[in-house]
Amino acid sequence: MPELRTRGRVGESVPRPDAPAKVRGDFSFGSDLVAPGMLYAKTLRSPHAHALIRSLDVAQAISMPGVRAVLTAADLPGVRLFSLHDPPDQPVLVGVGEEVRYAGEPVAVVAADHPEQARRAAAAIEADYELLPALTDPVEAIRAGSVLRELLIRRGDPEARAEVVVDGYYELGQQDQAPLGPEAGLAVPAGDGSVDLHVATQALHVDLGQVEACLALRPGAVRLHLAGVGGAFGAREDLSIHIHACLLALRTGRPVKMWYGREESFVGHVHRHPAQMWYSTGADRSGALVFVRATIVLDGGAYASSSGAVTANAACFGAGPYRVPNALVWSGAARTNSVPNGAMRGFGAVQTCFAHESQMDALAARLGMDPVQLRLKNALRSGEQLITGQRVTGAAPLEELIRLCAELPEPARSGHRLSLPGGAGNVAEAANVVRATGFAVGFKNIAYSEGHDDYSTARVRLERGPDGRALASIKTAASEVGQGVVTITQQIARTELGVEEVVSLPADTTVGDAGSSSASRQTWMTGSAVQLASRRVAEEVLRRAGPPARSLDAGQVLDAEGMALAPIELFLEEPIEREFEYHHRPTSGLNPEGQGDAHVSFMFVAHRATVDVDPEAGLARVVEVATAQDVGKALNPLQVHGQIEGGIAQGVGMATMEEIKQREGKILNASFTDYIIPTALDMPAVSSILVEEPEPDAPYGAKGVGEPPLISSPAAIAAALRAATGRRLGRLPVSPDELAGLAECEPDWEVTPGVSPSDGRRRQR
Amino acid sequence: MSSLRLHVNGEEVEAEAWEGESLLYFLREGLGRFGSKNACEQGECGSCSVLLDGRLVCACLVLAAAAAGSEIVTIEGLAGDPITAAVQRAMVEAGGVQCGFCTPGFVVSLADLLRRNRNPDEYELREALSGNLCRCTGYLRIFEAARRAAAELRA
Repeated sequence: MPELRTRGRVGESVPRPDAPAKVRGDFSFGSDLVAPGMLYAKTLRSPHAHALIRSLDVAQAISMPGVRAVLTAADLPGVRLFSLHDPPDQPVLVGVGEEVRYAGEPVAVVAADHPEQARRAAAAIEADYELLPALTDPVEAIRAGSVLRELLIRRGDPEARAEVVVDGYYELGQQDQAPLGPEAGLAVPAGDGSVDLHVATQALHVDLGQVEACLALRPGAVRLHLAGVGGAFGAREDLSIHIHACLLALRTGRPVKMWYGREESFVGHVHRHPAQMWYSTGADRSGALVFVRATIVLDGGAYASSSGAVTANAACFGAGPYRVPNALVWSGAARTNSVPNGAMRGFGAVQTCFAHESQMDALAARLGMDPVQLRLKNALRSGEQLITGQRVTGAAPLEELIRLCAELPEPARSGHRLSLPGGAGNVAEAANVVRATGFAVGFKNIAYSEGHDDYSTARVRLERGPDGRALASIKTAASEVGQGVVTITQQIARTELGVEEVVSLPADTTVGDAGSSSASRQTWMTGSAVQLASRRVAEEVLRRAGPPARSLDAGQVLDAEGMALAPIELFLEEPIEREFEYHHRPTSGLNPEGQGDAHVSFMFVAHRATVDVDPEAGLARVVEVATAQDVGKALNPLQVHGQIEGGIAQGVGMATMEEIKQREGKILNASFTDYIIPTALDMPAVSSILVEEPEPDAPYGAKGVGEPPLISSPAAIAAALRAATGRRLGRLPVSPDELAGLAECEPDWEVTPGVSPSDGRRRQR
Repeated sequence: MSSLRLHVNGEEVEAEAWEGESLLYFLREGLGRFGSKNACEQGECGSCSVLLDGRLVCACLVLAAAAAGSEIVTIEGLAGDPITAAVQRAMVEAGGVQCGFCTPGFVVSLADLLRRNRNPDEYELREALSGNLCRCTGYLRIFEAARRAAAELRA
């Protein structure tokens, strides 16, 4: 008799359940929604980075054709501030007598019959500003006390000396998440004064709390529904259209649709924190690390958003995944008059990985050691401590990752003209092209840290479907943003229930919080909630079936020998429904020395980049990125590879082309014409190895996989570019001028690594 | 606003339109055909790829009124097309879809390529898709989907 086994369980490369609708163009995203009598809304934004609003005159705007409502801060009914941060600090709309703090900050919103009417009306609002000086240098801001968060990690002897010391200064530009789907949603007012908001977001309940407070409605009067999400990568952790669309819908009594165009999107969401980092790394002659001292300055922009957690991450992972007995790390986020910065894939770890890995290469060169060997020598192992004093208790297969990644075969050379640096531009000379490789490793936390009680809720139901056979349904509020949590949770339910027919119900706020699709946490958190709710459902089936029923598989109730006793649906005369709220183990905060068990778990990764460079032309091509990643257990290998390749694409962008350019707080390149992301012609080959060492406590041992591909791939590419050119390349993205030796990244401030930049001095040029 | 009549997916359709509307806006908000996506509305991302008299264009760059008299085919209009069907199947199975926002544009572009060339080499493929941005997949699974669809169509 063949073994009875449910198809589509964990471990299989199951295709996404939403893919068929997506390839047909039938899948409905936040900007695809319609409702009868729907209006379109536009936002008036401040053109100034810092100014006092002296007056706002909406009289002309309100009288224009098709215009149904014009709202300013004077119309706000509830709390006037929102934020991911507590207490909130970001105005829903900035009012008369108040200050706008970044260029692009919302001042008024308009609803009209046609978006062009709304746009013209917004432009017709007369806003009188008194310009104020814009604070845009984060070091100056910190020196002036304009700080969102600062913290210090002190471990061992902060003044330790070492035989070999390398110092370095590094910068990382401001990266945009650039999800292809714009910020979008539809607010539909109900007759009873309540409102339904359908919105593309990463976290329905996190949004809900903020929207409720600002609308000042009775509890339960705001309902959030997940609209199709066209990518996120951190850009949808903060609110965008949410409150504005609801306010306009409630004011007009009509559904209001709102989406940002690409230019507006650049000021409509937070970005990755640009960073300036001063490092000093010491080792003994054998290469064993003695100390890391670092000062990390992040530009937080005008409002707090998630700067606090990013600041902590940058610090906690700032010394790299190594045994570092002595550390002194100062990390701070400045409040400036730039567009707010916040979450982006990698969340603080990307910035410092570039610095600590560049330092490791500099150290290897000074020691005359192979950079891979130097990393192996210092690689953190399970049971050892981070610079925060936290002991890594779970899987930490870093040495294996380094070995496997370094051993992957190197790519062959292509003779095709499009494979040259610069591609179709035909500028690079094949004879001048230098090939080189670079290596980097990184790590990061999974889920929320520093004592946050992070949890997720799942409701699993098993009943007879329309065909009479067992059908499972999963209800959570977890945001499917493209990462595939909907596939994973269905695989988990199949595994636990032994039922192949599984559907995912729409995500909304009628079920408990699932937390955010952030921090590589949904597989662990919502995966665990679905697993444990499913197990309770399975227990009830077995109870109903009675002994000798022992397990469920392939739609059957099985006995201890795995023999089928009866189909599961036989016991589903009454449906079974169970809900489970999963909390990960508690973490603690960081004490004033930056010590504490602040994180739940860690994921590790290694990258090796191969580049071709024409050093004279300043042109480079990333030929291949090889990687070995610590995944715990690949619940869906196809999706894991998809995360790895997509994350590496963003790493290629970060290393070689992507940067939001600002002048005095104003974004200069708010378009896909001027903010360049990798295309099909830029994407390198990817060679990947998944290392499966199960993580205790995680469902089936699975760690998160979304962020590691972007943590150390930029650093590996930078290392390869250095190896090809011999140049210092202290800044990402690397510019053609730096590659060609026409420019070099220099700090504006002299800062002692490990010390607050408040004590620094402006450098004389 | 005035009435605009276009030929979309083999049908005469008519809806109210403002004179400055792009073809993309008219398809989406005027006609309710949301398969063509609005990722950039600047002609950079290809998510609104449609066929205009058989030519692959970004619908956001075409003035709706200027499309009068032309034959417009969107992702919805390719539903019965066997080349498109092969591309769609391969995109699902090869993991070429994540968030899916760019996907209809890629399907339209890939079907257009495979109509002309059943055996594209890697660089023909990359060049043909270089007008379509994807932020999730890193393109490699989309290339794999293209290879699978091409192989199926050659068989």
